[in-house]
Amino acid sequence: MQAAMKELSGWGRHPVVRGVERLSEDLMTASEGVCLTRGLGRSYGDASLPADATRPVLGTRLADRILAFDPQTGVLRAEAGLSMERINALFPARGYAAPVSPGTQFVTLGGMVASDVHGKNHHVAGSFGEHVRGLRLRVADGRVLEVGAESEPELFLATLGGMGLTGHILEVEVELERIPSPWILAERERARDLDALVEALRAASRQWPFTVAWADTAVRGSQMGRGFLTRGRWAEPGEAPAQPPSRRRRFDVPVDLPGWVIAPWSIRIFNALWYRRQGVRPWRGVVHPEPFFYPLDAVGHWNRLYGRRGFAQYQCVLPLDRDSRIYRRFFDVLTRHGGASPVSVIKDCGAEGRGTLSFPKPGISIALDLPMRGARTQALVDALNEIAIDAGGRIYLTKDALTRREHFAAMEPRLARFDEVRRKWDPERRLKSAQSVRLLGDAP
Amino acid sequence: MKIAVLGATRGMGRALARKLAQRGERLFLLGRNPLELERSARDLEAHGAPVEVGTAHCDLLDPDSFEPALEAADRALSGFDTLIVTAGLFATQDALEADSAARARLLSADFSHTVQLCELARERLLARGGGTLCVFSSVAGERGRKPVILYGAAKAGLSHYLEGLDHKFRAHGLRVVTVKPGFVKTGMTADLEPPPFAGEPDAVADIVVRALDRGTPVVYAPRIWRLIMLVIRALPRAAMRRIAF
Repeated sequence: MQAAMKELSGWGRHPVVRGVERLSEDLMTASEGVCLTRGLGRSYGDASLPADATRPVLGTRLADRILAFDPQTGVLRAEAGLSMERINALFPARGYAAPVSPGTQFVTLGGMVASDVHGKNHHVAGSFGEHVRGLRLRVADGRVLEVGAESEPELFLATLGGMGLTGHILEVEVELERIPSPWILAERERARDLDALVEALRAASRQWPFTVAWADTAVRGSQMGRGFLTRGRWAEPGEAPAQPPSRRRRFDVPVDLPGWVIAPWSIRIFNALWYRRQGVRPWRGVVHPEPFFYPLDAVGHWNRLYGRRGFAQYQCVLPLDRDSRIYRRFFDVLTRHGGASPVSVIKDCGAEGRGTLSFPKPGISIALDLPMRGARTQALVDALNEIAIDAGGRIYLTKDALTRREHFAAMEPRLARFDEVRRKWDPERRLKSAQSVRLLGDAP
Repeated sequence: MKIAVLGATRGMGRALARKLAQRGERLFLLGRNPLELERSARDLEAHGAPVEVGTAHCDLLDPDSFEPALEAADRALSGFDTLIVTAGLFATQDALEADSAARARLLSADFSHTVQLCELARERLLARGGGTLCVFSSVAGERGRKPVILYGAAKAGLSHYLEGLDHKFRAHGLRVVTVKPGFVKTGMTADLEPPPFAGEPDAVADIVVRALDRGTPVVYAPRIWRLIMLVIRALPRAAMRRIAF
């Protein structure tokens, strides 16, 4: 049976393309002849979308079995569709957690490898790929290979953060992290402006494994970039409640909101209220890991808040070696657009990962949600990308929908190495995505 | 509980077996493909199954495989007290009209062979004072409907058989749980356009676990399908001839 043609999009719901998603529990069979693999579709832009509507993409989310787990070493091997949600449901009670967790738990193992996701502990743990021991990969010519640091290392490293363009990830072997309890000890503290926020973030990262900051992008002037810092660590058994955290109930956005709801005026109000949520005095407590790691997961289908036009996520990392306050210029451009992003997250990144195209590098990473407003949003992304290029920074492909090819090439001196791996393993460029057509020059 | 499951490698069977493993139930898997069975057994152990999950060959298209499969389950669990059957074939009416061999396969797998397997399990369970037989039928068996005439007919026969078993043997200690799933988003239905009220395997599994605990004779999953089928059953023939549902 042939799966039906339907509308496919990433989490930002821009762009929307026609395509066929082949869902199967049997990835070995279903991965034959597909052009791309996608997991839960949580990348924001066009990374998980087919370049050609007639060629199916493989959806892995039904293939989610755990194939082996060693309680002594924490090594987990599973099918690529295993979700972070299930990892979180099963392993913390046994003293293990994922070594790196992105901002949502509705992602698959395969997706986390392809995006080489990073989390609040990037400054100490690096990105997800640092913890991956091996992959089972179907390469473009149809062969199925076991790849790792020892076997086909070039292919392996290009696959970490390779956006699914080097092969179909069928199985993942990853080392989980031992944790003292399944609870988090967290602290939150306000910062009155951008410099104070970044300074607080970097200071916290010298002592805490989990750090992240939220910034108000609607105010300008002396309070520009005000926000709060969250820091945390796994709680010790003595600090944590005796019982494991229970499952949280979720509120679901049932329908698309009209496009005018998220606009500069509402973003300004929301940001001001959110800023005041954290009082002047620092807060400390033992918290459930879900709201700590995945605050937005509490609202199902929150992308519907942006209406049918959708939104673009934008995330870049800005190294601080050329200009130690480059983020001020970035915020200046951003805030000039007036309440452009309702949710803006700042994180300091640690060392560059081993993935050929892995996103993080030392510096300050800024993630924004930009409601889609056509040419205005494109112009903003262009302006932000020019700052990133000046700083020697780069964008996160998993978020991107709007970057221009020439901008991407200017940010990515590593592209030649990635292209070389693709030339070797996929000379006919059978594996491609809407994003690789847009940014890497693949034929549609 | 000591549970043998036919169909736990995929879809609703997988979701259900995982919930049972997480509760610490002892499981034994029956199925066609030994490699798939092994992979699912390891998955269920990782989900919390208390002891090693054993497996044995059992194929709904081959009734000769039933007796040895149940024997293996009995040996491994020292007498299973519950048999769950989620396995079955599915094809749309259009597909079956075009393929007589597929027609024969589906009708025997979903009706006569499933019934034969249940009969063998019934004998074993009654011989030791009772137990639970939980079989996945379908809402497709509630009314003759254009898109699923043959599949629905097989499931209607199966539901009928299970109802009779419940009437005759409940007093002897045999609990029969008939599960009637509506449209559920699994690999089996991945190529169909999901209708409104389509359910998720995990939600179905929760409902079935509760039904197993209570011995509920008939459960619809998701529950809304009880209402939907109430309406469908009440529709006049003239309407059924006109609509495509």
